[in-house]
Amino acid sequence: MAKTSARVRVPPKAKKDEIIEVKTLVSHEMESGVRKDSAGKIVPRDIINKFTAAFNGKVVFEAEWFPSVSANPYQAFFFKAQESGEFAFTWKDDNGEETTAKAKLEVA
Amino acid sequence: MMLFERAHSRREALRVAAISAAVAALTPQLAFAKSEDVKAEIDKLYGGKEMTAGKLKLDMPEIAENGLVVPINIEVESPMTEADYVKSVSVFAEGNPFPRVLTYHFTPACGRAAASLRMRLAQTQNVIAVAETSTGQLYTAKSEVKVTIGGCGG
Repeated sequence: MAKTSARVRVPPKAKKDEIIEVKTLVSHEMESGVRKDSAGKIVPRDIINKFTAAFNGKVVFEAEWFPSVSANPYQAFFFKAQESGEFAFTWKDDNGEETTAKAKLEVA
Repeated sequence: MMLFERAHSRREALRVAAISAAVAALTPQLAFAKSEDVKAEIDKLYGGKEMTAGKLKLDMPEIAENGLVVPINIEVESPMTEADYVKSVSVFAEGNPFPRVLTYHFTPACGRAAASLRMRLAQTQNVIAVAETSTGQLYTAKSEVKVTIGGCGG
């Protein structure tokens, strides 16, 4: 798998109990395993099968992905701000390769 | 002889036309088989428990021009407290090579049981979502999306 890069967008500041939207984007071809190459051979499946979002070490949101998820997966979800801390995002693909990203959140 | 051959090929052409018509008539049945695949997958995951409509909103475009990137928005009405929250949401596609699209695992820390991403749709089809709450309730929603260009590299 080629090198992946991830982008996340989290508002830097939030009020306590405010629900914020977390947007993430990771580059990955998400090879479905059903596509054939020019020689007519099936290209083996290689997708990100798990996305995990943790806040201060605790998993808050998880997604299992299958081949129907688009290439360069975009994922948005919500989070209720309680205390300041840091998000840790992990994308894991079929070859066990991991892409990670972090984002800080300050709660006033 | 020439005439006979022509007549023969015309009969052949008619036969081909008849077969195509039969295949065309079969197509909805093939799609039906796919919807059974989705049903089997849902039964496997949720043990054939009863599901109700409502509370779960599956927001997708009616017409998707590009089947490679179809936006999908999911939202479940829930207080999202420790006592009552949405545990998971799974999405299934009836006309894709693999029926299961994704499964989300929410926690009360999410505040809102909502998420969005982009998915592939190989052809015009139904997309089905199932939500499970921490109290054991199951909700389902369905959305039909017409696809102009399929998105599975077929």
